[in-house]
Amino acid sequence: MQRQKLMILYTHTPDLKSGVCAWTVYDGTGKEHHTTGDSDTPPYSSVFAAMKDGWRVIQLPQHYPAYPGMELTTAYLRWETVLEQMVEVESE
Amino acid sequence: MDRQFLLNSVQMANFAADGFLLFPELISEEINREAMREIDDKLIPQHYEHQGQPLAGLWTESKGFGRLFRLPEVQGIIHSLVGPDPLYDHHAFHKVGPQHIEGQVWHADATIDPRQGHFDIQLFYYPHDTPREMGGTMFLPGSHLRRIHETDIGRYQNFLGQFPIVCKAGTLAVAHHGIWHCAQPNLTDTMRYMFKLRLNPTVRQMLLWNTDDLESPEIHNALFRNHRWYGNDDRLEYAQRIKFWRFLTGNEKFDSNYWLTRIENTPEKVAVL
Repeated sequence: MQRQKLMILYTHTPDLKSGVCAWTVYDGTGKEHHTTGDSDTPPYSSVFAAMKDGWRVIQLPQHYPAYPGMELTTAYLRWETVLEQMVEVESE
Repeated sequence: MDRQFLLNSVQMANFAADGFLLFPELISEEINREAMREIDDKLIPQHYEHQGQPLAGLWTESKGFGRLFRLPEVQGIIHSLVGPDPLYDHHAFHKVGPQHIEGQVWHADATIDPRQGHFDIQLFYYPHDTPREMGGTMFLPGSHLRRIHETDIGRYQNFLGQFPIVCKAGTLAVAHHGIWHCAQPNLTDTMRYMFKLRLNPTVRQMLLWNTDDLESPEIHNALFRNHRWYGNDDRLEYAQRIKFWRFLTGNEKFDSNYWLTRIENTPEKVAVL
């Protein structure tokens, strides 16, 4: 049976070849434990590098024009790409 | 206020850019020991005191925590950032138990804060040695000016340049209320303590520090520090810091590297051809 692994990469720009600035991993197989502060180096240098290693992109970030008067406002990281892998695990 | 204990302009610029300042081993071993005793013997209430009261009237008999924030060095830091007569917002003893392997999710305290310049500060005091494996608070430098609500940032796990507090006893971190942070896993067999105190200003936070070095070029270097985790948003970060520095100095014309001047340039004079 299969379980899903999710990897969320936050990149420098919307370009999938741009550098990774922040990252998150959720391992649905239960084999790896990930939490805040568990690594200082991104798992991949770019989304494109992850794709070449077999990760499947399931969500790309959307562009939203800045609301007038809020052009300089910052909030959440905008260039968030969600990737998945389906991993075979033994039946329970 | 004795000026020797105030922060200088370069330190303030670092605060404006990074969102926090770190004072390693600022607090004496005597106060550290007394603070731990006050925790163990529950001499300081675990619950909030009356919020909004002047800090000056709080814990006047305490030789640990009360004495800590009355130290001239700490008073100077507080005065530089929130001014005289600050108000007590709340305090908390944050504990991470032994072998607690899950890190806290990233968050910024309280709620999304609509204030454009005015800010509270939070003192983070580490009364004992806190090695990396003990899980001292992780801060995200430069995150403090972003408009987010509390744990809405809980889906992030790691950032380039994230900064864990690894320190000796008596270390004090002083942070802007908007700083993103999270407790870290405690992989030791000992309880990890951290004491937090939030303070509100009662004055306009303008030129409250020692301004002798207000023209230092290092200020511009600090305001344009790139922490790397925000990618192409770096230019927006610089703009936010320039606006914050304008607030702190009261100088609405301040600029660095012509960053805001060019986008504020809207001449109305009609040219005569």
